[in-house]
Amino acid sequence: MAWFLARRAVALVLTLWAASLVVFVVLEVLPGDPALLILGVGAREDTLAALRESMGLDQPAWARYLNWVGGLLTGHMANSLTYDVPVPALLGPRLAVSGPLALLALTLAVALALPLGVLAAARRGRATDVTVMGVSQLGVAVPNFWLGLLLVLVFAVGLRWLPSGGFPGWEAGLGPALAALILPALALALPQAAILARVTRSAVLEVLGEDYMRTARAKGLSHAEALWHHGLRNAMIPLVTIMGLQFSFLLAGTIIIETVFTLPGIGRLMFQAIGQRDLVVVRDLVVLLAATVGVVNFLVDVSYALLDPRLRHGRAGVADE
Amino acid sequence: MGPTKPSRPARALASTLAALAIGVSTLAAGATSALAEPPDSLVMGLVLEPPHLDPTAGAAGAIDEVVYANVFEGLTRIGPDGAVMPALAARWDISEDGTVYTFHLRRDVTFHDGTAFTADDAAYSLQRAMDEDSVNAQKGLFAAIDSVVALDGYTLIVELSHPLARLPFNLGWGDAVMVAPETAETNKTAPVGTGPFRFVRWVQGDRVELEAYPDYWGKAPALTTATFRFIPDPTAAMAALMAGDLDAFANMPAPESLPALDADPRFTVVIGTTEGETILAMNQRRAPLDDIRVRQAIAHAIDRQAVVDGAMFGHGTPIGSHFAPHHPAYVDLTSVTPYDPARARALLAEAGIDPGGLTLTLHLPPPSYARRGGEIVAAHLAQVGIGTRIIPVEWAQWLEQVFRGHDFDLTIVSHTEPLDIGIYARGDDYYFGYENPAFNAVMDSLQATLDEPARARLYGQAQRLLAEDAVNGFLFQLAKHGVWNARLRGLWENSPVQANDVTGVSWAE
Repeated sequence: MAWFLARRAVALVLTLWAASLVVFVVLEVLPGDPALLILGVGAREDTLAALRESMGLDQPAWARYLNWVGGLLTGHMANSLTYDVPVPALLGPRLAVSGPLALLALTLAVALALPLGVLAAARRGRATDVTVMGVSQLGVAVPNFWLGLLLVLVFAVGLRWLPSGGFPGWEAGLGPALAALILPALALALPQAAILARVTRSAVLEVLGEDYMRTARAKGLSHAEALWHHGLRNAMIPLVTIMGLQFSFLLAGTIIIETVFTLPGIGRLMFQAIGQRDLVVVRDLVVLLAATVGVVNFLVDVSYALLDPRLRHGRAGVADE
Repeated sequence: MGPTKPSRPARALASTLAALAIGVSTLAAGATSALAEPPDSLVMGLVLEPPHLDPTAGAAGAIDEVVYANVFEGLTRIGPDGAVMPALAARWDISEDGTVYTFHLRRDVTFHDGTAFTADDAAYSLQRAMDEDSVNAQKGLFAAIDSVVALDGYTLIVELSHPLARLPFNLGWGDAVMVAPETAETNKTAPVGTGPFRFVRWVQGDRVELEAYPDYWGKAPALTTATFRFIPDPTAAMAALMAGDLDAFANMPAPESLPALDADPRFTVVIGTTEGETILAMNQRRAPLDDIRVRQAIAHAIDRQAVVDGAMFGHGTPIGSHFAPHHPAYVDLTSVTPYDPARARALLAEAGIDPGGLTLTLHLPPPSYARRGGEIVAAHLAQVGIGTRIIPVEWAQWLEQVFRGHDFDLTIVSHTEPLDIGIYARGDDYYFGYENPAFNAVMDSLQATLDEPARARLYGQAQRLLAEDAVNGFLFQLAKHGVWNARLRGLWENSPVQANDVTGVSWAE
């Protein structure tokens, strides 16, 4: 177990280092001068030079790379080129939007998908199963931004229950803040829930055919009880894998959904920062996102070990024991 | 769900859904009450969020759109009709030779932190903008200033190296607003000005909130709060208006949605003018665009009204030179190069270019006037036998390759600075590389002329020179698509400066 975790941790660090190198090089190659973008077409050359110097853009590339990585490691990150505030100060409020949004979406997706998937499996071939699978097929096909627009049309423009977009800030109170997050979270969650429900159904169906399920039934447990106590846990491994993968999709999805709903989150910050050539913010964000995905994958690996004792005791691959 | 007794997972699902439904309805109640705003506040939508809130340290028009005239004021200001008006300077005297300006400042002005505004603050503000390490995006506005001296608490002497009749106009720009030395460095995130509204908070990525400043020197605004929300996506902007989340949208990004809004009795749609001359710029450094016949041929090939109809849904005024149609000195020169494909083909033949023998690159930045307009212009050029290679670019790339690198044949861009015909005197440094001593001479005499009718004549001459030289393909003046609640009064219909002055806004009834 320890050896397994250590290997994973080293891989994580190497991935991050590679990501930092790639993003730095790509941003170097990308055309566009941040100073010119900030000062615009009316600016004079001496003004541009003064700004470039104050932003440290006149140093050679290798020095800027070392400065940047050094800053990341010691926590002294540079100021955003456009907003002129330290990146952590910029990210804080954005994370306070994207984090809860992703969490809410994931919770909604799981809360919808698990029961529906299990239900469909338990009633395989019957009307419930066909309905759930039909709706989820639709859910997989619908793009989340289109769903978002539809939700706005119904709940904001039509019914006027919820705001059409924007975020009042957490200081405006829990109610208004959550009201602003519900629709985007639903738009993110429903397509994810559809995928997850289908995976849940097949995972449970597979488990239902196992010998230990027959044994459980023979012991006198009802169908539902056998499924609850013995089936679900064994169906969890493929599910956790998919959830881990979906988390990355969720992060990518926030870029679009935050634009549709005008939410000041990480995704929109990234989108804006690329357009404004805010190199400092882009590279810090890429590393942050890479780290998040890396950590989530790491946690998924750890959870395998927790869910499956065979993996924990280093006897993986002896599945039929 | 299940036809008989629900299984345990089904029951779990049902309770989850029930909890969710209760949650949603509770939240909805909160949201609805928040919508019923008192009629002394304004929530206005803007497309772009400013990167920061200091108009003296960046070119982004979005900064002025929030703070100009609302939070910050200059010695002079530009009014709704584009004319220069006194602001913090109540009046000014000009010396005989036009090189010394004496500004008499108002005595009752305070900054939002309570300190008095004096001639020392004014001198500091101008000096800071002119300084060697200044990062003012429009440093050129102050280039003619030799020295700035505070004579006493409320008299400011500005000495020029040469006469500059438009100095009061220049000082009305957002880049020339008055700041206090104590707060200048923090204005980016916590702006402190002298305007009728003071800064409350900025939820980054979402909104800026302002409130009325009780000690304002002028007429107190009718609004007690003004909120600017930033909504870049056209669909989201439309939804926010329809849902009642916004009272106004300064300039709707999607002209296609205007008919729907116009038909809705809740809204007023006003098509106003802007300072945006939209042009098909031609790189005069490159053959065959250095040949006036080829440039004239391109100008004759374009049906301006078709571009306005196709790209801008009919909103926009065709122009024949680089000047705003609403300006008193405007001369309609669209007839110098009217739409005439036959004439265009003849001119090309005269210049020795065979049909199909010329292909030009056409760089298009992101705004829809460029991307949509570019497609139509390309089709027009194809009709006279000029091929185009369309290259869509982002702003960063446009600035680097086209504006600074001069690496382009044709590009479409809107020049949004007010009264910016002077860019044609910048010669080879400027991106389209136009050089004409006669034009420069007209610009020089403009600088020294104070008499208004004489200035108008000179502006007329300058416009005519550009039209006759067919410097660029002059397409149309960008329109401003204002949408606001039908009960709102006092919003600017036009934008002679990129600003949303809400000082005079009030609610009817």
